[in-house]
Amino acid sequence: MKIAVCIKRTPDSESRFKIGASSTSIDEAGLKFDIDDFASYAVEVALQINEKQGPGETIIYAVGPDSVQETLRKAMSMGADRGVQLKTDSVPHDGLAVAKALAAELKTGGYDLVLFGKHAFDTSSGIVGTAVAELLDFACVTAATKLDIANGRGTARRELEGAAETVEFALPAVVTIDEGIARPRYPSLKGIMAAKKKPLETKPAQLGEVRVTVKSMQLPPERAAGRIIGEGAAAVPELIRLLQTEAKVL
Amino acid sequence: MSNILVFAETRGASLRKIALKAVTAGRALADASGGGEVHAMVAGPSGVAAAAQQLGEYGADVVVVVEDAALVNFNREVVAATLAARAKAGSYRAVVIGFSAQGRDVGPRVAVKLDAPIVTDVTEIGAVTADSLTVTHPGYANKVIATLEAKGPLVVVSIRPSAITAQPAARTAKVETMAPAADPAASRIVVKEVTEGGKGTIDLGDAPVIVSGGRGLKAPENFKLVEDLAAAFGNAAVGATRAVTDDGWRPHSDQIGQTGRQVSPQLYIAVGISGAIQHLAGMRTSKTIVAINKDKDAPIFKVADYGIVGDALEIVPVLTKAVQEAKAGH
Ligand SMILES: Cc1cc2nc3c(=O)[nH]c(=O)nc-3n(C[C@H](O)[C@H](O)[C@H](O)COP(=O)(O)OP(=O)(O)OC[C@H]3O[C@@H](n4cnc5c(N)ncnc54)[C@H](O)[C@@H]3O)c2cc1C
Ligand SMILES: Nc1ncnc2c1ncn2[C@@H]1O[C@H](COP(=O)(O)O)[C@@H](O)[C@H]1O
Repeated sequence: MKIAVCIKRTPDSESRFKIGASSTSIDEAGLKFDIDDFASYAVEVALQINEKQGPGETIIYAVGPDSVQETLRKAMSMGADRGVQLKTDSVPHDGLAVAKALAAELKTGGYDLVLFGKHAFDTSSGIVGTAVAELLDFACVTAATKLDIANGRGTARRELEGAAETVEFALPAVVTIDEGIARPRYPSLKGIMAAKKKPLETKPAQLGEVRVTVKSMQLPPERAAGRIIGEGAAAVPELIRLLQTEAKVL
Repeated sequence: MSNILVFAETRGASLRKIALKAVTAGRALADASGGGEVHAMVAGPSGVAAAAQQLGEYGADVVVVVEDAALVNFNREVVAATLAARAKAGSYRAVVIGFSAQGRDVGPRVAVKLDAPIVTDVTEIGAVTADSLTVTHPGYANKVIATLEAKGPLVVVSIRPSAITAQPAARTAKVETMAPAADPAASRIVVKEVTEGGKGTIDLGDAPVIVSGGRGLKAPENFKLVEDLAAAFGNAAVGATRAVTDDGWRPHSDQIGQTGRQVSPQLYIAVGISGAIQHLAGMRTSKTIVAINKDKDAPIFKVADYGIVGDALEIVPVLTKAVQEAKAGH
């Protein structure tokens, strides 16, 4: 199958963040970047489908400045066949503008399946994948926790609050990937060497008009420092007292 | 002054809590823009029209009822097409939906159909003018709070369920009916099965109290202790860490954290949970946090209002009994 996976370059989620001098973005100094978590699951899902189903192609797309080339190489070192950078100076915080750039490129690709993360770590928006589906007029499953593809049809599971649904759909389709399907593999040394020779194409991104912008960024208020009230079961009465009189939640 | 269109989410023919929260957010937006009307759309099988009364009680001026026997299960394509059709027909300032499983699916579709900017997972609505809407949206797994501005006369806004409290604003809603703007039978996404969680269980997103367990519980059967404690509170849901959902002790849907559910209950009790940064990302905005962990240096104690050091297997049953007694004493 011909599968496209769209990935974003985002900072390591374990990082401590500081707000940058402009106060409209984070300070990127010293941060490590990688494929955004959910999109890295999507890469793994694509590789597994093509490994299971025989001859296929996995193509990775990223919209962004030249730094995304490293991120595309990472996906290729996991086993993807080639990468495409849709070049912009910076990535706007406007999911629809990014989706338009991806859809313009994917439209003529003849893809059976286009995969995304459920949401990107930085924007935490959950817009791009579903918007691309709508722009391409593809069937779309948002936030799948299971995915099976067989005979040109897909079956997916989605978690609803307190329930779950199983849906069926015909290809071509867009699926955005939630957790639980696949844990991304680590690139092997052989994979890393091979990735250096795989094709990486750069094209200008046809971003849509940017209508959503960041006015300011702040760190959330710190929680008051934690307090240990006691040890073992003997501390339970004190906890009950605090929950009743101080926190007033009991 | 401008009108706001709200998607009032249902499951089967019943309203979901998020529907009332979305109406509350819609009401606030309408008021902020000088006092327009709130129009709420419900779509579902026959019987769904009964929701109109409650939507009115929470501030809807008009309820648009889309009743069709084929809409037993959530039909994302029909809902998106019908919401977009209605939005085009009226002159609305915003379409408000919940950032829920349904809303995640519907929001971007509607935005594309309307070619309107979209902001999601919004925790606060700020200034509204004729072509600018300012909102607050946490990013980087809740580690950074962004203020976003969406430019345009019509914006799609999806709101974080835990950030909004539904508020009555009594009205008698006028009821209009509307036919689905797309044929339900032609949908490309066919729902084969919906499995409901256990009867009487409260969703993590709605529960005022959450008791969560981690690997410190040692074995899946020990989750019984956590369930018993939740039952003692009566209004509690059970959560889990990724360590235990990965091991299949609990379903993935119970996972709280960066890649799981993000919750903000009144009381969060972490049992045998180390407090990894990815777990904290999902629960650090809880009002009161209690931690039970045998390691006094566990990072969870840094955010816990009340920490108890010790063996969860020994402490939790005692706590359960004490909660039962406290509840009975009231
Ligand atoms: C990209 C990414 C995303 C992630 N997303 C999530 C997420 O969404 N949610 C999430 O939870 N994790 C997530 N994780 C995993 C996270 O990093 C931790 O591994 C996980 O939260 C640890 O779970 P735990 O606290 O149950 O287990 P552990 O870290 O093993 O902690 C167990 C704790 O139990 C205590 N303990 C042991 N025995 C007892 C006892 N008898 N009584 C009391 N305490 C005891 C120990 O002292 C320890 O602190 C993610 C990781 C990555 C890399
Ligand atoms: N700049 C980008 N380039 C390629 N894919 C992207 C980009 N931004 C977002 N995506 C994809 O869209 C998903 C959702 O992003 P978002 O809508 O920003 O939460 C991500 O997990 C990626 O799969």
